[in-house]
Amino acid sequence: MLAAIKQALAIAAINLGSLRNRLGASSVIVVGIAGVVGVITAMLAMAEGFQQTLEGAGRTDQVVLLSTGSSDEMSSGITRDVVDIITSLPDIARDAENTPLASPEVYVVSNVPKRTTDTDANMPVRGVTLAAPELREDFAIIEGRMFQSGRNEMIVGRSAVEQFKGLDMGSVLSARGSQWTVVGIFSTGGNVYESEAWVDATVAQTAFRRGNVFQSIRLRLEHEDAFDEFIAALETDRRVQVNAMRETDYFTKQSQALSATIRGFGFAIGLIMAIGAIFGALNTMYSAVSARKVDIATLRALGFGSFPVVTSILLESLILALAGGILGGLGMYFILNGYTISTLNNATFSQVVFDFMVTPELLLSGIVIALLLGLIGGLLPALRAARVPIAVAFRDF
Amino acid sequence: MNQPIATLTDVKKSYRNGRHKVDVLSDLNLEVKQGEFLALMGPSGSGKSTLLNLLGGMDKPTAGAVEVAGKRIDKMNQTQLAGWRANHIGVVFQFYNLLPVLSAQKNVELPLLLHKMSAAERRKRAATVLEIVDLTDRAGHRPAELSGGQQQRVAIARALVTDPMLLICDEPTGDLDRSTADEIMGLLETLNREYGKTIIMVTHDPKAAEHATHILYLDKGRLSTEAAA
Ligand SMILES: Nc1ncnc2c1ncn2[C@@H]1O[C@H](COP(=O)(O)OP(=O)(O)OP(=O)(O)O)[C@@H](O)[C@H]1O
Ligand SMILES: [Mg+2]
Repeated sequence: MLAAIKQALAIAAINLGSLRNRLGASSVIVVGIAGVVGVITAMLAMAEGFQQTLEGAGRTDQVVLLSTGSSDEMSSGITRDVVDIITSLPDIARDAENTPLASPEVYVVSNVPKRTTDTDANMPVRGVTLAAPELREDFAIIEGRMFQSGRNEMIVGRSAVEQFKGLDMGSVLSARGSQWTVVGIFSTGGNVYESEAWVDATVAQTAFRRGNVFQSIRLRLEHEDAFDEFIAALETDRRVQVNAMRETDYFTKQSQALSATIRGFGFAIGLIMAIGAIFGALNTMYSAVSARKVDIATLRALGFGSFPVVTSILLESLILALAGGILGGLGMYFILNGYTISTLNNATFSQVVFDFMVTPELLLSGIVIALLLGLIGGLLPALRAARVPIAVAFRDF
Repeated sequence: MNQPIATLTDVKKSYRNGRHKVDVLSDLNLEVKQGEFLALMGPSGSGKSTLLNLLGGMDKPTAGAVEVAGKRIDKMNQTQLAGWRANHIGVVFQFYNLLPVLSAQKNVELPLLLHKMSAAERRKRAATVLEIVDLTDRAGHRPAELSGGQQQRVAIARALVTDPMLLICDEPTGDLDRSTADEIMGLLETLNREYGKTIIMVTHDPKAAEHATHILYLDKGRLSTEAAA
């Protein structure tokens, strides 16, 4: 066995030595597999980045409440009186003035032109109270100031400013028939809220003709372990028809549907390209093998066994595939990693801004995919080279 | 000197070509003695290469026994045969079949990769046989940089380097001009006479065959000592 491996390495070294003469044909494998790995890596990096953006947000001791039957803020509605009942429940943390840390929020989307394409896209506009910033851990005004209660003033998230036109400091935005002056820019530590614009909740309810209805409530519990007790308390009051979940779970859910779609899409395209790449690799390796049919037959005539011949050919296609995998993965890493894009969050029909995340795990799985393709592409030609009788190989060259 | 080194007994070889069966060799008997230099002649398609491949363990008979150096090689499996070839057979081809990416020296060292020895030992042995074929000064050249005759001498060195008991050559001068062919035949004759190598050679060239100690003619699946009229 050891001898067979040594033989295989010796033949592989010879084959690779002749690779220089077959650069054109061999690059078909490298480029084809780099393409497959690149596409899959890009799509997975997108899903990864999206997921991390949404999952990055949230605390386990905070609760998001939507009306029963709603899984997102778009379709949710909670009236003022229900809000009052909920915020008076025990287990809710309180601030220095002993008011409950709870933030009922209005949520609408507004059409705003995107900077890149100049076409309208949905930007979420969130009507909040002064409790809202407290419930976003990393909230900070990075330019200008907070909006004043009772005024048509707006603060916009850092990503929203990058993504949409007309949100610069001091500009006046027309949203759903009302005018808003941008007075500040905020950040929330890179999470999804940075893609939003925030206004005063009461002003929003009037401007957007929402009556006294909110879309969601966020609140902080005294302790994360108080969650079950809080839920039990909620359920005792039959006027309260809400769906409460930990904030962390809420974001995970929000991200799952879209990242699954992106992943599925990535694998579908990847699969089609992979089939192409396999045929490319098969073709290249078949011609590589047939070009060296006499060399291979000669080696076998000299006493080299079939196993080393097969292994050496496999080794060659694996090395080419590995090169393709590394090229595709690293290529995507340098092109895409950290590259910011926005996409439609189909749960809320609003834009979510996120970065591509080309993680080491993704690079590794890209290389595994590449090696698999190389193995498939090399195996049949290798077996053929080893099976054809020596005498036949010499006869018809 | 006259111990049999290769014996074919009632050997039959047929190929299946689609639905047609072609009987190339039938009930063929042959004994080659140690130290012989046998030239095998006969018309094209008569089965000379087939016979040579059977003797060299590169093909198996349809029926009959092939015994080389006391071993029934027709009973061996592919892996055993490969190992056996590496240890006992040296092959010389019509078109040299050197690996184009390797230097003459490396081509000659190639069969030694199948033997347990140090790289230094391999280099030394290859250098020794390159000296026998008088190509020491071309050791670093690649096949493309050598003439046909020189390439064939490298190929002969490669066949010799493992010190095989049997050298089989399929039309070793078939691709060479007269004077180069004579040179190669002189070399083979030296190997036979001075180094005691047993050689079985297929050739179409009567002048080449003259260098051999015996000549056999193969025609219509049968061997004879006389050329058919
Ligand atoms: N693998 C094979 N499949 C089918 N037929 C074969 C095969 N190998 C040889 N033959 C047939 O067997 C016969 C003998 O072939 P072989 O190559 O041994 O002849 P040869 O005497 O060496 O001829 P040449 O002088 O042209 O080299 C031919 O008719 C050939 O077509
Ligand atoms: Mg022949």
